[in-house]
Amino acid sequence: MIPSVKEKRPLSPHLQVYKIQITSLLSIMHRGTGIALYGGSILWVLWFLALAAGPQSYSKLQYFLLSPFGLIILICWSFSFFYHLCNGIRHLLWDAGIGYEMTMVRLTGWIVIVTSCLLTTMAWILGILCKRIWL
Amino acid sequence: MKFESNLRRAQGLGSAKSGLHHWIGQRITAIALIPLGVWFVGAFIVLFPASFEIAYTWFSSPWNVTLAIFFIVVLFYHGYLGLQTILEDYISHELIRGSLILTTKLLSGLLALLAIVSIIKIFLN
Repeated sequence: MIPSVKEKRPLSPHLQVYKIQITSLLSIMHRGTGIALYGGSILWVLWFLALAAGPQSYSKLQYFLLSPFGLIILICWSFSFFYHLCNGIRHLLWDAGIGYEMTMVRLTGWIVIVTSCLLTTMAWILGILCKRIWL
Repeated sequence: MKFESNLRRAQGLGSAKSGLHHWIGQRITAIALIPLGVWFVGAFIVLFPASFEIAYTWFSSPWNVTLAIFFIVVLFYHGYLGLQTILEDYISHELIRGSLILTTKLLSGLLALLAIVSIIKIFLN
């Protein structure tokens, strides 16, 4: 096939032509949070590097992550983690052939949204408590 | 442990010739990341606001270090497989797609190694 024609063909997930529904929104969010988590993993690598480098670089990283900009990153990162975890379990259940009825798909979708918000809140309460205990 | 049925092996590999390995790899790493991820995120929440010494001491336990390294390997493998799927779906230009997938693969390996070397350094000090 002529390369120019081949490159112009639309690709399979036609995001632009469908009305957004809870099912498609959660699916897109699964990929979006997946990409965000890859970025978050780079922050973990930086955390290990800072620990290995010594107290000075460690406190620099801590200072950055506890700044307002750093906290926004941490909040988005933690929500991405819990969302990807909950929705990932939903995907694994589908792989096992469970929960394909449309009512179940929508119900588990809402369960994922509520649970990931709850887990994110709980994680931050734990984090703030730990900060108080350590300091 | 084989994750392919004998019927599938007998019937040939299908049009793409590969892909099952990718699919199964993504699921196995996903299952492993449920306990590993919750464990490490929990540890990170507790350790991150703490002092350098407390975080450093945590890495002196062989169990913590082994599980952390295991987590990093599984995490970056899962991340690479996921990003590869996204790139294959949305980048239509063959050369750009191929280059990005290769970059992701090498970057994932590099980041995982960097993390592992750092963890071992903390453990040995």
